[in-house]
Amino acid sequence: MEKLIRNTDKKILLMSHLVLGYPSLQANQEVIGEMVAGGVDLMELQIPFSEPIADGPMIARANQSALDNGFKVREGLAFIADTIKTHKIPFLIMTYYNILLAYGVEDFIKEAARIGVKGLIIPDLPPQEAAQAIGWCKEYGNGELDWIQLMTPTSSDARLQEIAGSASGFVYCVARKGVTGNKTDFGNELAEFIKRCRAATSLPLAVGFGVKSREDVAQLTDLAEIAVVGTAAIKIHEEQGAKAVGNFFAGLR
Amino acid sequence: MIKGYFGSYGGAFIPEILHETFQQLTAHYEAARNDPAFWAEYIALMENYSGRPTPLTFAANLSTKLNKKIYIKREDLNQTGAHKANNVMGQGLLVKKMGKTRVIAETGAGQHGVATATMAARMGYDCTIYMGAVDVERQRPNVFWMQQLGAEVVPVKSGSQTLKDAVNEAMRDWVGSMDNTHYVLGTACGAHPFPEMVSWFQSVIGQEAREQILKLEGRLPDRIYACVGGGSNAMGVFQGFLSDNGVELIGVEAGGRGVDTPQHAARIASNDASEGVAQGYKTFFLQDRDGQMLHTHSVAAGLDYVGISPILADLHVKGRVRFIAAKDDDVVSALKYLMKNEGLIAALESSHAVAGALMEMADIKDGSVVIINLSGRGDKDIFTIADALGDPGWKQFIAEKAKQYAGESS
Repeated sequence: MEKLIRNTDKKILLMSHLVLGYPSLQANQEVIGEMVAGGVDLMELQIPFSEPIADGPMIARANQSALDNGFKVREGLAFIADTIKTHKIPFLIMTYYNILLAYGVEDFIKEAARIGVKGLIIPDLPPQEAAQAIGWCKEYGNGELDWIQLMTPTSSDARLQEIAGSASGFVYCVARKGVTGNKTDFGNELAEFIKRCRAATSLPLAVGFGVKSREDVAQLTDLAEIAVVGTAAIKIHEEQGAKAVGNFFAGLR
Repeated sequence: MIKGYFGSYGGAFIPEILHETFQQLTAHYEAARNDPAFWAEYIALMENYSGRPTPLTFAANLSTKLNKKIYIKREDLNQTGAHKANNVMGQGLLVKKMGKTRVIAETGAGQHGVATATMAARMGYDCTIYMGAVDVERQRPNVFWMQQLGAEVVPVKSGSQTLKDAVNEAMRDWVGSMDNTHYVLGTACGAHPFPEMVSWFQSVIGQEAREQILKLEGRLPDRIYACVGGGSNAMGVFQGFLSDNGVELIGVEAGGRGVDTPQHAARIASNDASEGVAQGYKTFFLQDRDGQMLHTHSVAAGLDYVGISPILADLHVKGRVRFIAAKDDDVVSALKYLMKNEGLIAALESSHAVAGALMEMADIKDGSVVIINLSGRGDKDIFTIADALGDPGWKQFIAEKAKQYAGESS
């Protein structure tokens, strides 16, 4: 994805996030259309898991609700395949490791590569456990399927180096401690953290956790290549419907 | 062997944001483990605060009836009435070493929450307990005590609103608060170093039991029974005998309404569990084909959990520990049987160990020496146990009390 990300005249790219099956795959389809029309450049599709430890209450509830409505992983993958055929932007899968394990890690990665998924974000599979999965991404992805590593403000410089060693595509920088959806203060601390990330990797950086407004995005413009918007969009979808989500993204830049 | 792995189980599957926190915890744990003074401080504290060593009581009436020599390890006599005290006081000492000022914990039935709240009160830490909203409703007396002890109790409304969801919520707190907060995980599960560290604090049970049985019987026991939810009390007692191959170790899981129904929490003793990774570690989980965790059931909230200690998973695969399941009905009968015959009021969790032992006593030769680990006492769970027994007098009392309270509030 690195080339795709670099090859733009936009000042910053927008990556959106949604939970598959919440409130339904049909509703997902509609909101994905709105997001793309609203100018979203990349999209994370989260396959729900019953134990989403890295997610905040809002996304955790969306996970459970999708499962209560009968979401199945195989249907989700078929939906992702259709979505990729319909829209030209890069799609990534975000989920937890057990979903891959239950499917078969190698089979899952093979299928993701086959349907054209551009990246995998698995927050509970740390770099030291991910070597084999990264190998399969390379083997089946022909350079088109990236394993997205996460860097966090609590990671030491040495740890950032270690993470960078196996990163490709871009690096997802978690703007602050805590779970998804809480407020982030995009101040000096963030700038310092991003500086440390830059020192560790030459890959493009995506910054997420709590991006909510045009001001947030503007502040990120000089810091990162990608702004990640997750919980805020889910909230708008819940409160105002799919159309409003498109308008929200169109107004972010 | 990779650090934190037991065979193919265990590991540390945690969000990157917690990586350094776990590194720090592991370093402090390892330093404590290598420091005989730390263990001495721990034992002295447990002797003075929690009545250790707990007795190994000879169950004279049971022994006569069954023609065996049955001993009961009395973890029910601990501070707050269960083996949970061993773990929380140990972690409390570590918190001091780490210089942190706040502790958080998950709790299912409330035992671990109450134990953590007592530790926090004694050692001067702020304390937040996460408890599934369903469990808050079911276990009001424990919520009452946690609050009286000064802890904040947060009802968790996500997922199935029970123990596993409380674990997730505590993790969510921790990824934002790790600078001043330690997560006091309640059982021998979770990411490394928790399974190993909790087992280490609980190993005091087995150390004492080994010494006691050698003194009382002049030989090692033939069998040891312990109930297994997450597995900390079982790990505690088993560790005293792991290298004694003549001692058969039996873990008793929650059979619920039967392992042939979906309503149980038997990971090993049923055919329903498979290997997975959740809540930070790899083990056998009760999960569906997609890897989603299933709803479990047990009359004992403390055993009502989808996963099992990775150390026990490995001991199962290696054939060192045998697992059986005891059904709710048999557990309630065992609870009554132990009360009537020995005057011991066991917790519903611990009654699984009793039920497991009673189920198998006919299989072993007369005079065999058996230890049952009584992990906790039941009298403090009067609401739950009276429910399980369906006692009419108790129901009438509660109905009248309710009427009285309703009158006060109107």
